[in-house]
Amino acid sequence: MGTCASRCLRAPAALVATAAVAFTTPALAATPSTIDPADTAWMIVATALVLMMTIPGLALFYSGMVRKKNVLATMAQSLSAVMIISILWVAFGYSLAFVGDGTWIGSLDRAFLAGMGMDSVHPGARTIPEALFMLYQMTFAIITVALVAGSVADRMRFSAYLLFGIAWFIFVYVPLAHWIWGGGFLAQIGVVDFAGGLVVHLSAGTGGLVAALVMGRRQGYGSENLSPFDLSLAVVGTGLLWVGWFGFNGGSALGANAHAVMAILTTHLAACAGAITWGALEWSTRRKPSVLGMISGAVAGLGTITPASGFVAPWHGLVIGALAGIICYWACTSLKHRFNYDDSLDVFGVHGIGGLTGTLLAGVFATAAIGGTAGLIEGNPKQLLAQLYGVAVTLVWSGGVTWGLLKLVSAFVPLRVSREHELEGLDISQHGEALQ
Amino acid sequence: MKLVVAIIKPFKLDEVRQGLTAIGVHGMTVTEVKGYGRQKGHTEIYRGAEYIVNFLPKLRIEIAVNSDIADKAVEVITTHARTGQIGDGKIFVTPIDHARRIRTGETDSDAL
Repeated sequence: MGTCASRCLRAPAALVATAAVAFTTPALAATPSTIDPADTAWMIVATALVLMMTIPGLALFYSGMVRKKNVLATMAQSLSAVMIISILWVAFGYSLAFVGDGTWIGSLDRAFLAGMGMDSVHPGARTIPEALFMLYQMTFAIITVALVAGSVADRMRFSAYLLFGIAWFIFVYVPLAHWIWGGGFLAQIGVVDFAGGLVVHLSAGTGGLVAALVMGRRQGYGSENLSPFDLSLAVVGTGLLWVGWFGFNGGSALGANAHAVMAILTTHLAACAGAITWGALEWSTRRKPSVLGMISGAVAGLGTITPASGFVAPWHGLVIGALAGIICYWACTSLKHRFNYDDSLDVFGVHGIGGLTGTLLAGVFATAAIGGTAGLIEGNPKQLLAQLYGVAVTLVWSGGVTWGLLKLVSAFVPLRVSREHELEGLDISQHGEALQ
Repeated sequence: MKLVVAIIKPFKLDEVRQGLTAIGVHGMTVTEVKGYGRQKGHTEIYRGAEYIVNFLPKLRIEIAVNSDIADKAVEVITTHARTGQIGDGKIFVTPIDHARRIRTGETDSDAL
């Protein structure tokens, strides 16, 4: 994706337009195949890795942190994101996000994969089948919608989540993906986001924060014991997310190449640095390094390096990961309590703040020799300004649209379960099942 | 006959069982319970949020013994369950009016 974004940026507008028109016409099927077996094999693996991040990765990570009575409901949110977003992505999401050269939105030329043949390739990923590129991008849309649910865990009605998730996907995710990765206006002004700091993490974090504010705090928040059900599940989930992130960031190189390897190396180092930093902060301030703290730091490091992973050198990953540990720790332990909002699983604190931080740091550390983009340190302050603009647009769009969509959905279905159902637990009240 | 009920820390069960077996106590009933005493639970911190955990996990051991070894059983439990830290638990001794083994119909001391 980073490759796509940067390629689209540097190409003259006319060339982009020509390419966009070319691959949306039926004549494309006759284009000689440039599909590379190695790239294809790696991207199949990367696609599987990113899908694994949602089920079982995120499902375990999230459900380990809620109370026992809400474990299945939390898993159901991740599961339903896979089921529903996959179909919507094929129906129109992919086409609107990645096909066409619109400034604001793509086209419907590939709706229901119309015209996509065995030899079709996307202009941003010419060495793999277009169907694989479409699938790979699908997994990003899935996990982004699933991420948002963490903010409103323990209290959102399942039917409302489904409606909201669908609407959020259409009106927040798809436009953002097009603006940044599909050649839209943010790409045109030079915003870079290798694997989803803005499109995935800041958008989900901001959406989650707004949803948490609109829905209000959980019953008993601040007064009763809302401690996690089973952090061992969350540790297993983190491990799956961590490995899955190799496909998330490494796959965003869109090929089996050195660029992918560098992105994976940077990603791994950032996760380690984030985990160490968060744990060390707890150790120094609270006398014990908690396991939840270490896995939170790892995920913060992973989310923060995401936008920068294909643009920076490996040692930058250590710096970015360490900063992620410090800043996200502050967001989750200080900022949240100061403003007293109940972001149940710290989606904003970990993913939102991480995505924001990493996007800006990409503008600082971007190294031309790695990803073809120079940042502030290499004498290009404009890149940092572009990144700042991308952050502002994402914050405003995701925040504002999320608020509007929640108001819209609440006109049809109450967003929140009843007080009795919340106390009873969402597993029983929403799904008729429970862990014994 | 006496019923000795002991609330102990879970990880002390094996030591207590071995000590009681050594003095001729043949059976016991163990139940997982939760509760608190003077220390009022403890504090846990998750991402900066502090939660007071009032009910701590404990084991409740029940043994029925002849009156002549009740004091010895209490002593053994005290010795083996003790860590010296707060929350070691408590032992209660009450009289038993009557006992019966269901399989054979034996009563009182014969049933223990």
